[in-house]
Amino acid sequence: MSPKSRRPEPVQVVKQRRDAALNALVHGVPYVRFLGIGFDRRGDELTAVLPFDEKLIGNPMLPALHGGVTAAFLEVAAIIELSWSLIWPNMENGSQDGAAFDPDSLPSLPKTIDFTVDYLRSGLPRDAYARARVNRSGRRYASVHVEAWQDNRTRLFAQATGHFLMPDQTS
Amino acid sequence: MVEASNKVIQSFIEKMPHAEALGLKILQLSAGEAEMLMPWSEDLIGDPATGVIHGGAVSTLMDTCSGAAVICHPENGGVTATLDLRIDYMRPASPGQDVRAHAECYNITRSIAFVRATAFDDDASRPVATATGAFTIAFRKEASA
Repeated sequence: MSPKSRRPEPVQVVKQRRDAALNALVHGVPYVRFLGIGFDRRGDELTAVLPFDEKLIGNPMLPALHGGVTAAFLEVAAIIELSWSLIWPNMENGSQDGAAFDPDSLPSLPKTIDFTVDYLRSGLPRDAYARARVNRSGRRYASVHVEAWQDNRTRLFAQATGHFLMPDQTS
Repeated sequence: MVEASNKVIQSFIEKMPHAEALGLKILQLSAGEAEMLMPWSEDLIGDPATGVIHGGAVSTLMDTCSGAAVICHPENGGVTATLDLRIDYMRPASPGQDVRAHAECYNITRSIAFVRATAFDDDASRPVATATGAFTIAFRKEASA
């Protein structure tokens, strides 16, 4: 097995495979569409993006994003990051073809056990961003931390930690 | 039942743009207590394989219901904001069913309100989720006798 025996894949093939898998993961979920959440990808790093919309407002007098929207945005970012970390190895070692990812062939989504949101400042009527970090990913349980910000990366407006029940990975 | 003095609060909460987008309805509002309903909608599905609604939608219902309980507490003199909210998911909500939440503001200080909430679907004997939260208090009124 000489390392030179395999040429690197063309970059477009790699990107197409990863984007197709991410697309299948995100766009299959009606609630993610309802909130309008999208994901930016740089290699394996995901950033969840919540474009501002009037229907996301809670208190119209401030106005501020609804606290529930903030919680939901963080939870979506956590679940997608965790699922993404589960499909990434199979996608990259070639045991599953990225183009073949569709909502039916994806592994089951992790289930939330608990989710704790820390509201640091009110959500402004602007776009919001979130990045999740899987701190522990076991066979049965995972712990994920998420940070969300708006104009300034270092001024978080909310953060959260959640525990998740992992999907059955025996198949 | 919503007492006449709480009708303004009911209208304020139900008319929040995101509460309207979800169709949230207040079923009951009294001193430091609230009950709300989130009607079933396919838009709320979080797991397309099972049709179970997303935890985030349940969080929004719990957060709104908890906030409503704080706002109508007799010692709270204004609006509120969530400081911290923890949700525990007991079981998936049954697809096709409305979700109801009941919240109780069980302690209030000069600056913080502490709230517990529970969510159910049609099977009221087994909670779908429970929540505990801390909410801000704008200013405290002396409780009227």
